[in-house]
Amino acid sequence: MPRLTEKAKSVYQWFEDRLGLGKPILDAVEHEVPETTASWWYVFGSAATVLLVLQVMTGVLLGLVYSPSAGNAWASLEFLNHSVTLGWFLRALHGWGSDFMIAIVLIHLAQVFLFGAYKYPRELTWIVGVFCLLLTLGMAFTGQVLRFDQDAYWGLGIGASIVSRVPLIGGSLVNLMLGGPIIAGPTLTRFFALHVFIIPGLLIAMVGVHLWMVLRLGINEWPMPGRLVSRTTYTRDYHKLTKDTGIAFVPDAAWKDAIFAAAIMLSVMACAFFFGPFGPTGQPDPTIIQTAPKPDVAFLWIYAVLAYLPPSLETPVLFIAPVLGIGAMLLLPLFSPQGEKHWSRRPIAILMVAVIAVVLGVFTHLGTYTPWSPIMDAWTSDPVPVRYLHNRTPLERQGALVLQNKQCRNCHSLGGSGGLRGPALDGIATRMTEDQIFRQVLQGGGNMPAYGNALSPSETKALVRFLSTLNSENEPKAIDASRDLVTTSPDDAAPARVQ
Amino acid sequence: MNSNEDPKVPIEGEAEEAIIDEATRVRRAGHSRRTFLFKVALLANGLVGAVMAVPILGYLLGPASKKASAEESWIGLGPIAEFPEGETRLATFRNPVTTAWDGQTGDVPCWVRRESGTTFQVFAINCAHLGCPVRWFAESKLFLCPCHGGAYYEDGARASGPPERGLFEYEHKLSGDTLMIRAGSMPTLASKSTTSPTLTQIAGATPFSPGAIPKPRCESCQD
Repeated sequence: MPRLTEKAKSVYQWFEDRLGLGKPILDAVEHEVPETTASWWYVFGSAATVLLVLQVMTGVLLGLVYSPSAGNAWASLEFLNHSVTLGWFLRALHGWGSDFMIAIVLIHLAQVFLFGAYKYPRELTWIVGVFCLLLTLGMAFTGQVLRFDQDAYWGLGIGASIVSRVPLIGGSLVNLMLGGPIIAGPTLTRFFALHVFIIPGLLIAMVGVHLWMVLRLGINEWPMPGRLVSRTTYTRDYHKLTKDTGIAFVPDAAWKDAIFAAAIMLSVMACAFFFGPFGPTGQPDPTIIQTAPKPDVAFLWIYAVLAYLPPSLETPVLFIAPVLGIGAMLLLPLFSPQGEKHWSRRPIAILMVAVIAVVLGVFTHLGTYTPWSPIMDAWTSDPVPVRYLHNRTPLERQGALVLQNKQCRNCHSLGGSGGLRGPALDGIATRMTEDQIFRQVLQGGGNMPAYGNALSPSETKALVRFLSTLNSENEPKAIDASRDLVTTSPDDAAPARVQ
Repeated sequence: MNSNEDPKVPIEGEAEEAIIDEATRVRRAGHSRRTFLFKVALLANGLVGAVMAVPILGYLLGPASKKASAEESWIGLGPIAEFPEGETRLATFRNPVTTAWDGQTGDVPCWVRRESGTTFQVFAINCAHLGCPVRWFAESKLFLCPCHGGAYYEDGARASGPPERGLFEYEHKLSGDTLMIRAGSMPTLASKSTTSPTLTQIAGATPFSPGAIPKPRCESCQD
């Protein structure tokens, strides 16, 4: 046995004499870090790196089967799902790994922001990290395109429509993005090149630089309230801290990274196993228009914001907001490289993280059920609740039919079912008088189309009569207060009351 | 430079110093010459790079330099008998520019509205907001978009929602009894924002009397 160990050592030495990599790697993994950084708060960066490795590995494996051709990509995904042994699981791992990676990268970003890690001397580490985030999102978007289904096809249409809004060169940029005049074969191949060559190459290089700087500058120490960062003293203080409280990164600090990474990988595997791969949804056939395209979860918030922007603001916001947002992130460490690191002394930082998280969360949630979209089949699938038809005149019941036939339900709910785009019509009679309903139906307004051309006078009359019955027993109908003044009996002193 | 410190070369006397100076001078001259040559080599590589960049950029930017109108041509949508008067129907056509591996993505749908007689409107499927496929609802006479709820009236005019304009329209004409449209590129705000309808083509191709010729619609006009 000892002889075998000797043998192994000599083999290692043979390689080490020629490669010379063992010593620097050993030095790097065993370098001393301040004891306070051996924390569960410091595990997200390494977990993101582990997920990147998972993505590269599963991506290469999927590349063994995937066909990046517009005519065949969808079929090759179905083939992966159903005919390749464990193909579904590899697709699921890659898909869930992507969602986990975005989540972990965002958590990592929030953590280093709140811990003031972007301050001197780690400004560039932060800036490179911002690029890593953007590249990760780029991977998510291009990956969604490679899942060449209906969502991918129309997602490309949304992308092209956004790009077309660029002033002057919009048209050229659309052609550049699509690789031709329409979304077709050349579009998929260029997104394939982006997803498997260009962006991963940049991302791996950026992560390498990011890691190199973490090693070179040392990991951010646990911030203490009142311990201010100053360019003149920081490096000396950090070295003193490391000297006084230093522990070897491996194994004294890294065991937490390793456990967290294992937990994350297990979670990815569990999600992949229990929830399966994402799609593909319907075939990327543009002539099948019965579809409600939606982006993947990372971009749902943008999809939601685009529903709420007023038309006149949309193009400026689309191009100015990202520049401001990304610019602010890139410039943050240059504008505030010194001073307080601890979150308890940086209330605005906490407020920003909280507000941004809530905003992203709310818009993402809205994106999951798209209340702004008409429900295309509500008019044929959601009946008028029976209680709204009791004790109604024939004309009013006819109005209920008009309501159904004219597809009002696609945007208006009744009894809790139907579209959410317009207000629910239960109780509409308590909010609007018959005259007001007439005007609203015929002329539209307030984001409702005018139905004057789509309704005959008799249909309109029936519809409005029916709507005027929609108030609960305990709520009186809306009244026009001024009507009393103009329609009064002759002996009433109406003119006097006006005065 | 190290020669001065080389222990094997004793430094004694002016003559020897002169020799060493000579050696240093030669070495320095050599260094200077090689530096110059290296700079020349860098320049040569820079030139090669610049020349190389021309085809690379040309290849990369090739699609961008093509004008959308250059890729458009007249395509038949079928005999007008397929489009009943007063109705709006979905028609599909094979895009004139395709590759052999486009598969189904080369098929493009559009909405054909036959207002009456020979008065047609052909709308792009793409919502003017963000390009999602709009659906026609005959009862309420509206086009509705599933993505962000853009709504358009039967003549393509914007009704409500986030779109900043009405539906994109294809230029169309009648050739015999075949409805033809000019298509080939994805309609977007960039490609359809300028109007360049050629009125004579429609007039020349219409077999009806001039009085019956409908007023041709420009591609982006909404009225």
